Amino acid sequence: MKETNEERAARYAELEASYPTMDAQQYKTRSRRSMLTGTAAALAAFTGWRWIQNSPDDLNIPQPLRDVHEANESLWRTLYREDKLAPTFDRSESSMIRVNGRRGIDNEIDLDAWTMSVRSEGDEIASYDMSVVEGLEKQEMTIEHYCVEGWSHIITWGGVRFSDFVAANHPEMIENPPAFVSLETPDRGFYVGLEWAAMMHDQTLLAFEVQGEPLPQDHGAPLRLVTPLKYGIKQLKRIGVIEFTATQPADFWAERGYDWYSGL
Amino acid sequence: MTTIDIDTDAELDEPGEPAAKLKHPRAVRWMHWINFPLLMIMIWTGYRIYWADLRDPFVLGIGDYELFEFWPTWVNENLDLERKLARGLAFHFTFAWLFTLNGIAYGLYTWRSGEWRQIVPERGTLKDSAQVFLHDLGIGRSKPLPPQARYNGAQRLSYSFILFLGGIEVLTGLAIYKPTQLSTLTSIFGGYETARLIHFAITIIFVLFFVVHLLQVARAGFPNFMSMITGYEKSPRKGADQ
Repeated sequence: MKETNEERAARYAELEASYPTMDAQQYKTRSRRSMLTGTAAALAAFTGWRWIQNSPDDLNIPQPLRDVHEANESLWRTLYREDKLAPTFDRSESSMIRVNGRRGIDNEIDLDAWTMSVRSEGDEIASYDMSVVEGLEKQEMTIEHYCVEGWSHIITWGGVRFSDFVAANHPEMIENPPAFVSLETPDRGFYVGLEWAAMMHDQTLLAFEVQGEPLPQDHGAPLRLVTPLKYGIKQLKRIGVIEFTATQPADFWAERGYDWYSGL
Repeated sequence: MTTIDIDTDAELDEPGEPAAKLKHPRAVRWMHWINFPLLMIMIWTGYRIYWADLRDPFVLGIGDYELFEFWPTWVNENLDLERKLARGLAFHFTFAWLFTLNGIAYGLYTWRSGEWRQIVPERGTLKDSAQVFLHDLGIGRSKPLPPQARYNGAQRLSYSFILFLGGIEVLTGLAIYKPTQLSTLTSIFGGYETARLIHFAITIIFVLFFVVHLLQVARAGFPNFMSMITGYEKSPRKGADQ
């Protein structure tokens, strides 16, 4: 049953007739009042905007924005499910990734002399060389790597699960989990903090291979952190120190205005 | 009075005579004007994020032929974007909530109040909008315009489309904000890269819409513009469009 143009016009006229009208005097009063309300609202909005811009910085961004970062963090941590895996891809889809930063790794090191210190609340509890990964089940995963800058790259990493490393060497940490893990490069030039849940995720690796080859030094040899739960800024290259801690660790990029959580 | 006043406005100035009719309900006016600065902030801060990866900009072109790069250097240089990624992210992920809430409020209001009847495209809308479009370009003006309520066919179509894109913009935003936790959403949009491209393309459409919207508002005249502030439009509408 097709509506004719006349029927449509009648329906529209009826719809339009349902709206109230006012006379010229009422309109005059109304438009004066509306202009005042509008001006007040615009001023309020501008004041709010200036308030954000003029608030004192908390780690290089205005306090209100830092507060929202933290509110966003609690939301996404509440929604976090440990059995939720990041999508994986076919190995053939992956290729070598660009070197995007050299902070903390801008000098070459002697890989054979490398050791990694493990601490708990500041005290060294163990030290390891590369033999620590032997005997742990080797993982290979092809995931999409995301950068805060917006680019992404499908890449294949090889390594061992951080959770397997902890279970084998520091089982007391599983019984009594710390809230956070802090990682540093040997020269302390770069440092990151992650929450315990992200570190213990099945796809969080201590990686020593990229695209099936040993890690080059500018990608973090001999051992680096890799996880699809965080942006690249958290995936520290060339681990020098791993620390278990109850307080939120300092984080290089968070100190420069980025979200401490940086979760994906 | 000795002269015959032919000004219709004067005739309408009689007390009690209807001189203006409700066009935009209060809720719609508030949400429209709240959306305006929010969208500006979202575009600007989004662009601060986009700038961070200018090594690999989106390009409009055919094959290897580059028609237009988003954006030319002179645009980038004038917007205070350089090395503002951290601030861009912080503002974007703050105001995104307000933009989304305003959009949801608008959707709920439009649905519950019945205002959707003025906006959703109908059976004849596509044909109408073609006619309105030609009319606006100055073609076929001898033919009468199709019947309309508040909005003509072209408006129904473009407003509905832009509202739909607003929803997609929020969803693609979430898809690239949490590609691991919301990986299902990300895959619905064809993966991270595609979702990011859609998110960007819609932003460009918003900018183009904004330009056309301003031109049409200017064309439609002052009483129409004022109706988005007062709610009431003075004098009978003459098939105006904005």
